[in-house]
Amino acid sequence: MEDDAPVIYGLEFQARSLTAQTAETDAIRFLVGTQSLKFDNQIHIIDFDDENNIINKNVLLHQAGEIWNIGASPADKEVLTTCYNKTSDSRVVSCAAVWRMPTNWETGSHESPDDSAHNPQTLELLCHLDDSAHGNAACVLWEPMGDGKRVISLADNHVLLWDLQESSTQATISSTAMLEGKGQLKFTSGKWSPHHNCSQLATASDTAIRGWDLRTMNQIYCIDNAHGQLVRDLDFNPNRQYYLASCGDDCKVKFWDVRNIQEPIKTLEEHSHWVWSVRYNHSHDQLVLTASSDSRLILSNMVSISSEPFGHLVDDEDLSDGEDNHQEDKCKEPLKDSVVSTYEEHEDSVYAAEWSSADPWLFASLSYDGRLVINRVPRTLKYQILL
Amino acid sequence: MDSRGYNSPAISAELEQPPIAMEAETPASEDPGRKRRVHGMLKLYYGLNEEGKADEEPQSLDPCDINGPHFDPEHYLNKLRKECSLAELMDQETCMVKQIRSLDSDMQTLVYENYNKFISATDTIRKMKNDFKKMEDEMDCLSANMAAITDFSARISGTLEDQHAQITKLSGVHTLLRKLQFLFELPARLNKCLELQAYSQAVSSHRRARCVLQQYSHMPSFKGIQDDCHAIMDKLAQELRQKFRDGGSSAKDLSECVELLLQLDEPAEDLCEKYLNHAGSRLELDLQSLEAEIRPSPPGPALKDSSTRRPSPSVTVGSPPDGTAKTSALPSPSSNTDILEFIDRGCNEFVSSLCLVITSYQELFVNHAQTGELASKNIPQMANSKLHAFVDDLAARYFSLVERRIKEEKGVADNSLLVRALDRFFRRLQAVAKLLPGSSVPQQGTEIVIRAATERVKQYLAALQSFYMDSLTDVRQALATPRLSLAAPGAGSHFGGSTSGRDAPSSLPELLSSLSASILNQIKSVLASVHLFTAKDITFSNKPYFKGEFCCQGVRESLVVSFIKFVCQSSRQFCESAGDKGGSTPPALLLLLSRLCLDYETSTISYILTLTDEQFLAQHHNPVTAVTALCAEAREAAQKLLNHYVKVQGLIISQMLRKSVETRDWVNTIEPRNVRAVMKRVVEDTTSIDVQVGLLYEEGVRKAHSSDSSKRTFSVYSSSRQQTRYAASYTPSAPMDTNLLSNIHKLFSERIDIFSSVEFNKVSVMTGIIKISLKTFLECVRLRTFGRYGLQQIQVDCHYLQMYLWRFVSDENLVHFLLDEIVGSSAHRCLDPAPMEQSVIEVICERG
Repeated sequence: MEDDAPVIYGLEFQARSLTAQTAETDAIRFLVGTQSLKFDNQIHIIDFDDENNIINKNVLLHQAGEIWNIGASPADKEVLTTCYNKTSDSRVVSCAAVWRMPTNWETGSHESPDDSAHNPQTLELLCHLDDSAHGNAACVLWEPMGDGKRVISLADNHVLLWDLQESSTQATISSTAMLEGKGQLKFTSGKWSPHHNCSQLATASDTAIRGWDLRTMNQIYCIDNAHGQLVRDLDFNPNRQYYLASCGDDCKVKFWDVRNIQEPIKTLEEHSHWVWSVRYNHSHDQLVLTASSDSRLILSNMVSISSEPFGHLVDDEDLSDGEDNHQEDKCKEPLKDSVVSTYEEHEDSVYAAEWSSADPWLFASLSYDGRLVINRVPRTLKYQILL
Repeated sequence: MDSRGYNSPAISAELEQPPIAMEAETPASEDPGRKRRVHGMLKLYYGLNEEGKADEEPQSLDPCDINGPHFDPEHYLNKLRKECSLAELMDQETCMVKQIRSLDSDMQTLVYENYNKFISATDTIRKMKNDFKKMEDEMDCLSANMAAITDFSARISGTLEDQHAQITKLSGVHTLLRKLQFLFELPARLNKCLELQAYSQAVSSHRRARCVLQQYSHMPSFKGIQDDCHAIMDKLAQELRQKFRDGGSSAKDLSECVELLLQLDEPAEDLCEKYLNHAGSRLELDLQSLEAEIRPSPPGPALKDSSTRRPSPSVTVGSPPDGTAKTSALPSPSSNTDILEFIDRGCNEFVSSLCLVITSYQELFVNHAQTGELASKNIPQMANSKLHAFVDDLAARYFSLVERRIKEEKGVADNSLLVRALDRFFRRLQAVAKLLPGSSVPQQGTEIVIRAATERVKQYLAALQSFYMDSLTDVRQALATPRLSLAAPGAGSHFGGSTSGRDAPSSLPELLSSLSASILNQIKSVLASVHLFTAKDITFSNKPYFKGEFCCQGVRESLVVSFIKFVCQSSRQFCESAGDKGGSTPPALLLLLSRLCLDYETSTISYILTLTDEQFLAQHHNPVTAVTALCAEAREAAQKLLNHYVKVQGLIISQMLRKSVETRDWVNTIEPRNVRAVMKRVVEDTTSIDVQVGLLYEEGVRKAHSSDSSKRTFSVYSSSRQQTRYAASYTPSAPMDTNLLSNIHKLFSERIDIFSSVEFNKVSVMTGIIKISLKTFLECVRLRTFGRYGLQQIQVDCHYLQMYLWRFVSDENLVHFLLDEIVGSSAHRCLDPAPMEQSVIEVICERG
């Protein structure tokens, strides 16, 4: 904790997909999926030893194809989903599947971390989330804070809600929704809202953001032209149920109140190229992480639209970790929104950034050339938020 | 000298003469000392030493001082004998003998002269004695004669006394009789006067008799007369009042009337009231007729308007170009009279009669009353306060009318008319100010003028702004119409015909120059119009407001500076409101505006402000917006516009590239035979953008080209680098190895900011656009999977881009780098990476 210097880890392959192991609240652990057309793709399990500033990694083989999207089950540490590309007969198909990690992956790699001859273990396929009628899967979303029984997959222009049964070995579509409109509409990304009893979903397609009610599978709102160009990613504010962040190819990050979709409540224009990922901190929603293909990662402090616009007023409801952050309540001057820090450790486009599920002050980012960088929120800011 | 000391006895004055005369003969060298000494000795001799006390005191105690009063010869001799040698004693003796001798001769001369004077004085006294004796005799004779005359006179008056008393009595009776006759004739006379309407004569007659009648009213005969008179006078007063009330009479008659009534002890307060009411009703009529002019034409006359409309004021004023004519052509709401005419009527009718009323009122009730017996009753004060209230009330209504009228003056073209009207308005109010020194009327008038001026400045600002927006719309249209719009000179004519070549196609530089020229012209004409407010011959221009605040705050800040700010701001809005699609604003307009703002920054702003400062000679008391601040703002706007232009153009090309990558099945494509059409389109568009930017911006600097820029091959990716990457076996232990080359490459090349700020030159703009386009290409490629021929197609496309794009950018390595990345990434994303031979690629690209 004493050292604020970033920790860098390099993968052998190019990579786009990154997730924190959601169900893991003790160890700082990230999952990275690689992209390679020639070799077996891998899932790297990155453990960060916070005390010693050391990264431990384990590799699992993902032989089905290159990974475009990865998601960890919120309930079961060992279950994850991927979206991957499969090439067969000169055709490229995107699929999605639920996997289970082998139980002993951890012990196996610790013995000989540098042994290249060591044969990595393979993921165990639980079930496919495929329905040939519904086209290519773009991403899979777990029900936030759920019991790991429900997932949504976005395939072309369909929203598919799956029920996983029999310890996830069987998946059945419980309901579907379809995006209709002119031209070839495709979902690029989506996010399952943790609010409203997990009954809402937001999706991005082209320049629009749409909200869905999962009970009726109907569209509940649509922000047309949310971004000038393609919308790349979304995230819900974990503490304010109507607040939503989005980012896209117009280099902007926008914050929306879905009750009033005419205008964004805030717009950030800090990146100099497309913004690929936006993530709220799970506990302190003023901290927003954005990753862009200008090779930069930016941490912003959006106090004015956070749930604590006057600083730390109420006790944290720590959603993701058991750490006690109880501090005395203090009234503070309204703070100003600002860019906390710009991280320039990447040399290539950064396509993914994630907060750790175990330590709210820690985050990882992944650039296309396979570089994973783990950073911390600057300590001054951390104390400012806490005290 | 000491002469003022001795002028008491006449003789001492005489005695003074000789020493002076003697002095003149003595050598000049020891003059003052000796004279003093001689004088002192003489004084001593005559016992006059008390005056010279101060002088003598220091020497007086020394017994050896031969000139001192305490001189002791014995002591002196002893001292001499003791102290001096024989020779010295001899000398002393001769000196003393000489002095004694000279003193003796002085004495002799004095005695002689004084003796002569005594002799002549004795003669004179004797002569006088004789003359006085003769005069005494004559005086005795005179007194005897006077006594005789007195005696005679007493006798004459004694004889005449009786007759004189009789005559006096007779004349007294005569006067009394005349008075009585006057009294008896008074009723008849009054009646006659009444008949002849010679009211004033009647009143004065009655006034003369009134006291007497009052005094003797206990006698029946006089009582009768008094009653008669009263009756007549009542009738007269009645008549006068009637006349007063009728109001048909002229002001002079009226005032005469009031004067008489006052003399008849009519209560002054009532009269004031009545007088003012009366005057008020007439002024009311004036006001009503004025009011009628303000809104005479709701819908009805408005229709007539078009046919009966007098030549528009703007024509007479001749404020210049078509632009203003356009704004002034809006029908002004009150079309019947222009404002000058209105104010003229207001001044001539209302203000002048108001002045008349004030003067006559003051004449009657204030000045007149002060002299008469009415002064005691505080009438002047009462009358004055009434007058003030009256004037204030009427003036307030008049002002509200004027203000309403001024508010209707919306058209901007006819400023001189307004200024002249205001001037007249203001000037006429000065008359009121002179008449009524304490009145708040002129103050309010000044405020109205100031308000009107500020309002006018606001209108000009609005007019300038709308003119600017109209010009932009015109430019937009001109840009939208095809280049060869020979048949549409209309676009050019909007700009005051300032462009000579209006037949030429509206190219960007011409549009820019005509736009900025027309804006400048407009500003100048507006300044000229506003300048009228401060012209020398305008009365109110020397008010402190118009000298200082109006020039500084009004014109400079809220007109000129605001307009410049508006230009910048509206320009900036094009960047923001145009939406992220950039669809609504044509890119060329962005470019043009950016250049406009840049020109403003470099020269126009300082020119305009200098012009303003010169014209208005403003001494800036309050801090004003500095030129530099405005320039910075303009520059910022220019930068923003140019950045936005780059972004918009970049996005247009990006969109083409993205569509072309996304919609193709790269795995199952056929072997490339030629460059894809979209690449040609990209190059074409880039070229035309280059031409467009080149019209308005300078070339800019670029790094030196390598000699064979277009021939460069992608050797790095096609062989060695690719091989290294893929040859490396899967080695989890050495995570950095495989990326080493690419990372090293990146280490040495600077980080590229894609949507970064550009400089104000062509090369920088083009670099920005190409950067955006190629980065999009790269990102799109990374999202796809390629087959062998897909990769080869990308190779061909990139080579083609390479051949043409390098020339546009400042640093061709940038293009190389990005294209390398594209081809590298697509090779990476290729299922079967078998690059095409460089020679083949070249052949294909040569073929086009």
